[in-house]
Amino acid sequence: MTSLVQETPRVASLVLKMPEWHGHLAGQHVDVRVTAEDGYQAERSYSIASAPEDPQLAITVERLDDGEVSPYLVGEVRAGDKVELRGPIGGYFVWKGGDERPLLLVAGGSGIAPLMAMIRHRAAIGSKTPTRLLYSSRSLEDVIYKAELDRLASADDGLTVAHTLTRKQPDGWAGYSRRIDSAMLAEVVWPKSQAPIVYVCGPTPLVESVATLLVDMGFDPASIKTERFGPTGG
Amino acid sequence: MGFISRGFRGRRRDTVSSSRLPPGQYIVTDYPVLSAGPTPRIPLTDWKFVIEGEIDTPKSWTWEEFRKLPTEQVTKDIHCVTKWSKFDTGWTGVSVDTLLEGVETAAEFTVQSSYGGYTTNLPLEDLTGGKAWIVYEFDGEPLHPEHGGPARMLVPHLYFWKSAKWIRAIKLVNQDEPGFWEVNGYNNYGDPWREQRYWGD
Repeated sequence: MTSLVQETPRVASLVLKMPEWHGHLAGQHVDVRVTAEDGYQAERSYSIASAPEDPQLAITVERLDDGEVSPYLVGEVRAGDKVELRGPIGGYFVWKGGDERPLLLVAGGSGIAPLMAMIRHRAAIGSKTPTRLLYSSRSLEDVIYKAELDRLASADDGLTVAHTLTRKQPDGWAGYSRRIDSAMLAEVVWPKSQAPIVYVCGPTPLVESVATLLVDMGFDPASIKTERFGPTGG
Repeated sequence: MGFISRGFRGRRRDTVSSSRLPPGQYIVTDYPVLSAGPTPRIPLTDWKFVIEGEIDTPKSWTWEEFRKLPTEQVTKDIHCVTKWSKFDTGWTGVSVDTLLEGVETAAEFTVQSSYGGYTTNLPLEDLTGGKAWIVYEFDGEPLHPEHGGPARMLVPHLYFWKSAKWIRAIKLVNQDEPGFWEVNGYNNYGDPWREQRYWGD
């Protein structure tokens, strides 16, 4: 690991220099394995947040208080430590660029990570694919990649970002202030006539709700790809 | 491969459960949900289950007919490829042996297909001999759509992606046909005790 980037109070990105890496697709994940001195091992999956074009690999990890692996990764591991991982894994929840269809990305909490890989990939290849991100966080300080998203959204290349803060909003907050609902989706999403491809990633209740609402709005279920992040185990 | 992770001690070392826990797995007490797309909602009046493919006459059941079949209650440990395992899950359903009664086939492989388009493949012998069920109750309650209701496959000796949610059909085939995850990087067989998670395992 070359550096640890503290993204929010509970979330950090591990930036890793890979001795052997044959590339990945935006949206894929890796399995991280940690081994104690007595040989005990634990494994967890984490999404890759960096673009395929980035020189180093980044995984973004949310610290779960009752977790076994995440408190170690974001609390104990220091620059220079080795991290054992396997991947990239997964061939479905991926975006390769070059797809003409507009992109709709919906994230909850640390579910932004694989979608950020897509947004970074889109910027790195100079894609103009019309892209909308709807990102739900608890509070402004919980928004991961805030500055980078602001910068990318101001580039005027077809990316728009809408935030909703579900628990706490700063004074004068101009974004949404509630859980994602059908009225919010109706304002943010592409018309179904534009046949967007949709990626939804976050905690199970958010993913279930958003995917169901989109189907009810008439979107083709086959165009909606989901990845559920349970706050399980960790 | 493998080195000590400086400072990692780990927490869960219950030796009683470790003999029940496949390598790389950890125990959960809740029931995580994993699927690749929206949850299909299937009205029971539209529900139908079929056995098709290499079979003289395809067999099919409506929900009403299916629920008249002899049922079994089983308690099983389940193992998801995303690393969680859940012990002692209780299910009610119909054994695949019951569904295949009287079926003569030369097929050695099967493909499960779901409402919503999901598929997964298995050798026929992994569905017979008391190893697989179509279940419609979880812990005594109707199976929730998120978890595959109205009815899903239960093949507990393999990773849980081999147990299709929202099951619609079992196709008997002569040649193995890799399914949804199997063409997207996941192992063709999926034995948790041999940690067959991905291609090349």
